[in-house]
Amino acid sequence: MIHAIDRTARREALATPSLLGDYRRRSAAVGQALTWLCGGALALNLLLVIAILGLLAYNGLIYFWQKDLIELDLKDGRKILGELWSQEKSAAETGTRAAGAIDRVRLKIGNRDVSGLDFVWIDAKDVARRARPRDVVMLERLEWGNFYGTMAELRAGGRVLATGPGAVWRAFGPLHERKLRELDRIQALEKGPIGDVNYAIERLRLAEKKLDLQKLPAAERDRRKAEIEQRIAADQARYEQLAARLSRMRDRFQAETLVMRTAGGETKEMPVGTVVRALRPNGMGSFAKLRLYGSRAWEFVSADPRESNTEGGIFPAIFGTVMMVFMMSFAVAPLGVLAALYLREYARQGPLVRLVRIAVNNLAGVPSIVFGMFGLAFFVYLIGGTIDRLFYPESLPTPTFGTGGILWAALTLALLTVPVVIVAAEEGLAAVPRIVREGSLALGATKFETIRRVVVPAAAPGILTGMILAMARAAGEVAPLMIVGMVKLAPTLPLDGKPPFLHLERKFMHLGFHIYDVGFQSPNVEATTPLVFATALLLILVVTVMNLVAIALRNHLRRKYAGSAV
Amino acid sequence: MTETLSQAAPAAPPRDPAREPRIDDPILRIEDLSLWYGEKKALNDISMKIPEKQITAFIGPSGCGKSTLLRCINRLNDLIDNVRVEGDIRFEEGSIYDPRIDINALRKRIGMVFQKSNPFPKSIYENVAYGCRIQGINRKRDLDEIVERSLRGAALWDEVKDRLDESALGMSGGQQQRLCIARAIAVEPEVILLDEPCSALDPIATARVEELMQDLKTQYTQVIVTHNMQQASRVSDYTAFLYLGELVEYGPTEKIFINPMKKQTEDYITGRFG
Repeated sequence: MIHAIDRTARREALATPSLLGDYRRRSAAVGQALTWLCGGALALNLLLVIAILGLLAYNGLIYFWQKDLIELDLKDGRKILGELWSQEKSAAETGTRAAGAIDRVRLKIGNRDVSGLDFVWIDAKDVARRARPRDVVMLERLEWGNFYGTMAELRAGGRVLATGPGAVWRAFGPLHERKLRELDRIQALEKGPIGDVNYAIERLRLAEKKLDLQKLPAAERDRRKAEIEQRIAADQARYEQLAARLSRMRDRFQAETLVMRTAGGETKEMPVGTVVRALRPNGMGSFAKLRLYGSRAWEFVSADPRESNTEGGIFPAIFGTVMMVFMMSFAVAPLGVLAALYLREYARQGPLVRLVRIAVNNLAGVPSIVFGMFGLAFFVYLIGGTIDRLFYPESLPTPTFGTGGILWAALTLALLTVPVVIVAAEEGLAAVPRIVREGSLALGATKFETIRRVVVPAAAPGILTGMILAMARAAGEVAPLMIVGMVKLAPTLPLDGKPPFLHLERKFMHLGFHIYDVGFQSPNVEATTPLVFATALLLILVVTVMNLVAIALRNHLRRKYAGSAV
Repeated sequence: MTETLSQAAPAAPPRDPAREPRIDDPILRIEDLSLWYGEKKALNDISMKIPEKQITAFIGPSGCGKSTLLRCINRLNDLIDNVRVEGDIRFEEGSIYDPRIDINALRKRIGMVFQKSNPFPKSIYENVAYGCRIQGINRKRDLDEIVERSLRGAALWDEVKDRLDESALGMSGGQQQRLCIARAIAVEPEVILLDEPCSALDPIATARVEELMQDLKTQYTQVIVTHNMQQASRVSDYTAFLYLGELVEYGPTEKIFINPMKKQTEDYITGRFG
């Protein structure tokens, strides 16, 4: 009873409009609105991130999925075979037709060597019949892109091995496997012994040129030259031998040919070995398609690109990106950490140090292409040019280090990211409590010992945070790299089995540039659009994996120094 | 300014019985020590002798300069910008402000335990071994022995012997403080300075540290700064009362607490101000 009265009284008191109560209510309302606003902003951000990832994942991942082939009989009698790529309602006629009706379809018809076009738009109203014939074949080829059609004949030399779709398909399988093994052997010969001999000859020629530049007695020089000439001659003979063997293998490789018939009735003959994969998509079950999916995804990450990057894999780009970022990290970590140590631990804090700090922070905001220009002028031309003159005069005028390369690219990016590392390392160092330093000094440690044994280990997680940010930035940077060593297609990796194994002067491929190149510079942009998404997805994946490694390392350090500041 | 001040004080020995107890064979002599933080004078002309293998307590209200005085003894004040010191501290007949002395060697002989426990972000073992590693003792067998001896000396061995490789930052506050003491005694100093070592500890942990100080008395000279007058009366043999940068009274602890000579000392001890 008393309670009830109490509550009523309180409610009345609350309801009484007073100046204070009014203000409180209003500020509470504003506070609530603000909370919603903040939450909303966060939700929007998350949504955008999810949308980006979803878009990339969807468009990138369907690239490897094999669609069914459809055959269209057109009203004018033509027949067209291809993969359904997209369908569209044309805007002009929307009103006159039933809603949802499809007006245009885009087919990937391949057969670039026959028709010259990869894609074609077909008006729905021109289509008389649509079918999915089971015996149509899709070929992935080393050159000229995909071929869609039916198998007509298999020939060896002048002989016909098989005719008719069924018979050719059965005979093709084992033959194709043998040819792929032959192709492997040819490539192994090219890259292995022949490459080695070429490399050796090149080295010998350089050694010969070097002799000309050295000041040696004439007799001595002639003697050595003769020696080199002799070795070149020996290598040359060996090269001829290998080349002859290669050409014999090539001839044998080209011996068997496959004759294909397009939907329109034209025929095309091609060596069996140039076919990468032969499929009958319409006859494949889900499991077979899944296996194909896996094999294509693996090819994408593990193989070299073909057909000016529009087909094949992107392994060299992944390798180049990761290696460049690692080299950048090795350069930037000591540079940034030492600079931060000086700024925070040794320099007398004053206006000059403040000025330096402001300058460092602003350096992080300099457009990256400016760093690229600097890298080109300073690293490539000045330092690289000097190295060439001093150590590689024999190969001039062909530059060795005096042109863009992975080393210069890594150093340029190290300069670009060093402010991030300095700022993070400084924060990490500042967070180590003064009393911990004093504890070390009170035990007789010098300042240097204190920094080395106590301060830096305690600041390591903070420093690693900076490294993570720097690596993420470096992996995504494209503009400066375009002028200091990144290329569309690098014939060799910067790391291989030939001494000195690490070829710092070599040019390299990069996922970021690959996206741009494949998406916008390639001769067949329509076909490569999904490749752009897949590559972008992979770039994100690579950055994420590198960051996860760094984060795992940081967490390990944090656990080790549990409870420490930072 | 200093000139006039030092002249104002009577120069002849036995000068002020309230400030100059009879101490034979002191290990440290503080002589006319003054210290400025920039313009501000924090210590004014302090002279005292610290007895060997005894516990000397500095008491006084906040800001009276007791911690500053303590940090002069191992020259930790050098790290602070704009500090100026006049006068001298003699440690076994050598001046610690002698420009030729190796300051790191000095700090090895005069260890310190801080107000807030400050273990390094390392394992318990590495914390204790730190000072030895700095001195270049790196042999596992030697270190094992030193670590065990120091932890036993700090009455910590039984609690931590099974987790020497765990982070020191996972220990309790009292354990951390005793670890800091173990770390200090691992390098076998002659003097240990304790800067309010128990101010962040609960009564039980405090009692253990005080007990430990009594045990260490046989080997080490200890100088403790404390806010807690009961603590000073419990643990120390000599007590110095500082006020506003001046040494007001210094003498055997019993005498200071039972029969102080100065009115100011009496007022502070009985809790009338402070």
